[in-house]
Amino acid sequence: MKILVCISSVPDTTAKINFTGDGKSFDKNGVQFVINPHDEFSLNKAVELQEKAGATVTILTVGDASVDAVMRKALAIGANDGIRIDADARDDFFVATQIAKAAKEGGYDIVLTGKESIDYNGGAVPGLVAGLLDYGFVNGCIGLEVEGSTAKAVREIDGGKENVEVALPAVIAGQKGLVDEAALRIPNMRGIMQARSKQITVVAPEATSTSVEVVGYEKPASRGNVTLVDKDNVAELVRLLHEEAKAI
Amino acid sequence: MAIFVYAESHDGKYKKAGLEAVAYAKAIADVAGDTVTAIAFNVTDSSEELYKYGATKVLKVENSTLKNFDANAYAKAVAELAAGEVVVVPSTNDGASFAPLLALKLGASLVTNVEKAPTTFAPFTVARKAFSGKGIETVAVTGKAVITLLQNSFGAKENAVAGSEESVSVSISDADAKVKVTGVEVAQTGAIDLKEAEIVVSAGRGLKGPENWGMIEELAQLLGAATASSKPVADIGWRPHAEHVGQTGKAIAPNLYIAIGISGAIQHLAGVNGSKTIVVINNDAEAPFFKAADYGIVGDAFEVVPKLIEEVKKLKGVA
Repeated sequence: MKILVCISSVPDTTAKINFTGDGKSFDKNGVQFVINPHDEFSLNKAVELQEKAGATVTILTVGDASVDAVMRKALAIGANDGIRIDADARDDFFVATQIAKAAKEGGYDIVLTGKESIDYNGGAVPGLVAGLLDYGFVNGCIGLEVEGSTAKAVREIDGGKENVEVALPAVIAGQKGLVDEAALRIPNMRGIMQARSKQITVVAPEATSTSVEVVGYEKPASRGNVTLVDKDNVAELVRLLHEEAKAI
Repeated sequence: MAIFVYAESHDGKYKKAGLEAVAYAKAIADVAGDTVTAIAFNVTDSSEELYKYGATKVLKVENSTLKNFDANAYAKAVAELAAGEVVVVPSTNDGASFAPLLALKLGASLVTNVEKAPTTFAPFTVARKAFSGKGIETVAVTGKAVITLLQNSFGAKENAVAGSEESVSVSISDADAKVKVTGVEVAQTGAIDLKEAEIVVSAGRGLKGPENWGMIEELAQLLGAATASSKPVADIGWRPHAEHVGQTGKAIAPNLYIAIGISGAIQHLAGVNGSKTIVVINNDAEAPFFKAADYGIVGDAFEVVPKLIEEVKKLKGVA
């Protein structure tokens, strides 16, 4: 079984988000980059399948050489090798096109992604990859086992969860719950040393066109000052919520 | 500019997210000088429900393949009917899953997590959530667009029109569904879906243990609210993962968010900063959450919450 895990390199979850002076792009200055948390669950599931079922795990990232550090971390967690598409991940369709091409050429049985990246929050790439490849697609996956040429998955639905089966090859987008939070692997020294010698193949991108232009970024408006209510006057809070905020 | 909308339903009844998407489509149509056509699958609710929010036409599809969700089958069915420049899809689990495939089938651009009405139509210029709510991205689309609308961001605003319905068929069969549903587990009857809830009562480690959640559930029940939790609480196992709100959990935008015993880490704020009104109850006056709140009480949850329950009971006239 061959698994392709798509990794996005994103600002650390504690990072303060700033935009460049012209408001046209994200300001990377002083920002630490990490494996997208949703992708991390998928990567860990893939490594689990590697250990249990002898799968090979290849990671794929679209980005310039600056994403190599994040890719090495993913390799240290246990992936076998990596593919870096040498380009700026400029939009969802572009990224999905690169993944679909690599997935087809490599003959992967499962394309695992996170359900969305925590930077641009598009959540579109997994579905676009499935559509481009005409594969079955399970989004918001919180459980996954593979039996022969079938994936048995659990996906989150509004107000519950659903058990599903999909024939391989398929695209599966994971999220929190796919593996236990406590079981998420942290690269150890042995893994880090091994990762140094694992191969990252750098590939030129496939050209795509886009009809979506980024006009600019801004920060959400500040809420202003909090109105503090004395803990012995809870009735006043209820009055404010009822009469002023009209929230209850 | 013809505007289409997928009016999502569950068990034959329109979901709030579906009605909100119709209201959003109507707001676009009013400015563009056109009307809204809604697409509905296996719905038993009356189409009057959708006319109330602005759909002039309702295309009703009865199809057994569409009784279970599959992204490919749903995208194919909507693509057969949505002959317009803009298609609005709610950003629910299902909507967000099939919208990318729909965009591919229609040859349209996809804009996800839209929060507000567009500012211009040519090109279609609209703001969307980015950086987990820590930023807003504005994009301009040339040509057809499929957009997903964040739940609770626009509001299910009524804007009644005279409408008509039409029963239509789509060429979808079980062979189009690539994913087979083998079982469903839904939350208990009457539970309010977290992403659709108008009010959310949320608690964190300040509650000291899962045995203390009774007062949180009581307050939520009184307010008709959903319950939620911070990440550490879900990670420890005090509450289910499905309740975790934040950057790596669910992003929500209720009308009122009450955070009890949650300090307000940047990752938590990222998931709730779309809330219209935020109330924070915490015994640490320095908790960062107070800086992001509209109202706050510095005090012990075990003292404040019972009092809050009593005051809400008085307001609601509950004995």
